[in-house]
Amino acid sequence: MERSFVSIALFAALIAALGLIPKITLATGVPITAQSLGVMLCGTVLGARRGALAVLLFVALVALGLPLLAGGRGGLGLFVSPTAGFLIGFPIAAFVAGWVTEKMRNIPVFWAASLGAALGGIVALYLPGIAGMALTLDKSFGEAAFLATPFLPGDAIKAVLAGSITATLMRARPESVLSRA
Amino acid sequence: MLSLTSETPTPYHHWPAGPKLLAVCIVTAVLFSAGSILLSTVACLLLLGLYALPGIAFLREGLRGLRVLWPFLLLIAVWHGITGTPRAGAAVALQLLAAVGFANLVTMTSRLDDLTDAVTRAASPLRRLGLKPHRFGLALALVVRFTPLLGMRGSQLAEAWRARAPRRAGWQMLAPLALAAIDDADHVAEALRARGGIDGSKE
Repeated sequence: MERSFVSIALFAALIAALGLIPKITLATGVPITAQSLGVMLCGTVLGARRGALAVLLFVALVALGLPLLAGGRGGLGLFVSPTAGFLIGFPIAAFVAGWVTEKMRNIPVFWAASLGAALGGIVALYLPGIAGMALTLDKSFGEAAFLATPFLPGDAIKAVLAGSITATLMRARPESVLSRA
Repeated sequence: MLSLTSETPTPYHHWPAGPKLLAVCIVTAVLFSAGSILLSTVACLLLLGLYALPGIAFLREGLRGLRVLWPFLLLIAVWHGITGTPRAGAAVALQLLAAVGFANLVTMTSRLDDLTDAVTRAASPLRRLGLKPHRFGLALALVVRFTPLLGMRGSQLAEAWRARAPRRAGWQMLAPLALAAIDDADHVAEALRARGGIDGSKE
């Protein structure tokens, strides 16, 4: 029980730490912030329930005013700003990523985790994210969806990275990848 | 770790956190559901007054907090400029500024402890559903302690990479960083168990 509790807290800290390291530039020159990759990893590594709890903890601490988001941002203002939907969608994204990784036990972990991260980190995250932008900016859902498209390639790359990192962790600490344990 | 609470003393700091949270919820709901340009303008002016009252330093800090909105304000300006609906654009922009401004004001004038207490109290009926609000404090402490630690581990990994490779480290650092989090979790869990477990030191 302590392991599961501490893992949740430390993965929340991992997401925060990923906001501290400078932006990662991929070979193609596309810079990505690693924080949403951390959200995907919470799901694919810890599984649906624990992953969602870890991200929920992170989001709750941001709401309480800890400057844990990339660029030292935090506070309640973010929850009424146009990006609010993405923050609220983070725990759902981790849940979906974890759920897919858990359910697809019979295919290799890299593929299951990549697919889970894509379904969670893109489909499940963009729906509330776009809804939030539509609501705060007073735009239609379609118009808001258009505004979110520039982030799509980066997030697709992150999903594959999440799959690959989960597979590496599975080789290094199989008993700690709770989504498959 | 720093929190976003303002160092400038204001009367608002003494107001209880619970009602402040409730007030900001109501203000936001009213602003967004009314969608009235007049109401949003009044709210913005009121907000400006609230920010200016404790002094110029606090006002400056408050305005700095609104900077996160500039890409969206720019977007609104361009969008409504092209579609020729400046009035609708102004309404959205003012509504957004007022909502974020009020929420930021609560964050700036409430201590982390007070907010945590307010939320824990509000969540205590959930005890019956099997939720344990008192664990939140321990989780918070762990996150606050381990975020800088994992951040430092990240920069050590980046330095080690730079010592060996001509190029900057990229995604290759992420797996070892996650591994560090997993291993730290194992050690902390063991230490907690040795001290009587999570609920051992319950109030």
